[in-house]
Amino acid sequence: MAGVRVLVGTKKGAFILTSDEARKKWDVAGPFFGGWSIYHMKGSPADPNRIYVSQCSDWFGQIIQRSDDGGKTWYQPGGEVKIDFTGQPAGASNKFVYEGDPGQHQWYDGTPHPFEFKRVWHVEPHPKNPDIVYAGVEDAALFKSTDGGVSWKELPGLRQQRSAEWAPGAGGLGLHTILIDPNNPNRMYGAISAAGAFRSDDAGESWKVITKGLKSQYIPDPNTEIGYCVHRLAMHPSRPDVVFMQLHWNVMRTDNAGELWTNIGEGLPSDFGFPVEVHAHEPNTVYVIPIKSDSEHYPPEGKLRVYRSRTGGGNWEALTNGLPQQDCYVNILRDAMSHDTLDSCGIYFGTTGGQVYVSPDGGDHWQAIVHDLPAVLSVEVQTLK
Amino acid sequence: MSDVRVQLPFHLQNLARVGSEIVITVSDPVTADSILDEVERRYPMLCGTIRDHVTKKRRPFLRYFVCQKDFSHRPTDEELPDAIKAGNEPFIVWGSLSGG
Repeated sequence: MAGVRVLVGTKKGAFILTSDEARKKWDVAGPFFGGWSIYHMKGSPADPNRIYVSQCSDWFGQIIQRSDDGGKTWYQPGGEVKIDFTGQPAGASNKFVYEGDPGQHQWYDGTPHPFEFKRVWHVEPHPKNPDIVYAGVEDAALFKSTDGGVSWKELPGLRQQRSAEWAPGAGGLGLHTILIDPNNPNRMYGAISAAGAFRSDDAGESWKVITKGLKSQYIPDPNTEIGYCVHRLAMHPSRPDVVFMQLHWNVMRTDNAGELWTNIGEGLPSDFGFPVEVHAHEPNTVYVIPIKSDSEHYPPEGKLRVYRSRTGGGNWEALTNGLPQQDCYVNILRDAMSHDTLDSCGIYFGTTGGQVYVSPDGGDHWQAIVHDLPAVLSVEVQTLK
Repeated sequence: MSDVRVQLPFHLQNLARVGSEIVITVSDPVTADSILDEVERRYPMLCGTIRDHVTKKRRPFLRYFVCQKDFSHRPTDEELPDAIKAGNEPFIVWGSLSGG
């Protein structure tokens, strides 16, 4: 019987929400890793029982957790208790060391600041091989594991894209988005706040800046390539050259793999927001959640509205059925929106107020699965068939 | 060789799947470095959680306590008191700052 498994990372632990195809009744498991910030958790498309988790803490640093049984049990790959002291390098699963000289990026005041690893923002399992997984980290860099998360190695090509000019956004300098074309895993997209968007056509070895057409009101030079606060990217697997972007200001679209971006945000109540998502079966159906900017970071007018465009941008319609339409002042973070691939595509998002919402009909009707979790940092959905 | 008692904070107990106190055998001289080297060898899942992987510097929000004194800023290659070596007092790793 088909169903869904929703992986929810929160500020104080992880939760797994499961339901059948109807998505009306839900089982809630967790908290896992209670007290730790779970920036992201994601299952392998090639082996849905393989789930990777980024678990972190200001006190104890970064941990990578892995499950091989769909989240029933967890362990740190390569971190087992040693009876003897030979074999794999000890505890390397949370060892993220930059290649060579770490170099410097710009600090908030424009002065040089050394790259320092802080945490993993995003884990992205390879679409075909469950033992290959990528990690987007702060300070921004791309790491890759080919042994199921036991050890990690930086792919330094990304930071060779003028990283001395990268500067952190308010949340830090994180590589927060990694998209992989499931039909051609050599094609990858990455996004960094506040550096920009990047594309690789050789599985992350080398990268190209793809920011032409982006505009930010505090970057007066329209030819500037670096410095854009890209919040999120999304694409449909059937059209890997078409990518949607929630930029700090504006929602953007490219039809040529990032060679040129155009603004598709006309008609939204705010040009700001964090997540962007694409319908599983309708490549031209796009979702965003407008948020009031710059400093408030809650829904305009206290109304929680998902906006849907069925035309690949523009013609936005507000989706409100089942969502609070007064006194709602939560935020929805960039990794906290996802979808399933059931016949009637489900759309999901989590809020900083601890709610996780689902629409089992592509956004027409919404219900809260849970109301009172810790602040939600990430939501990923696995469709189990 | 000394059997040294080490107390770990709650979250690290969970990671290592141990109780509040572990006992490890440490070669002389017994120092913060030699104790933590042995803790990390025995419990590799704790690598990087107390000290940086590469520099071995203490993570900023953690403290080391020895015989009711804060040893966090003492040289980590300094030999520790006999009470630690004898197992009369534990070497304590403490998560020192509250997060609200």
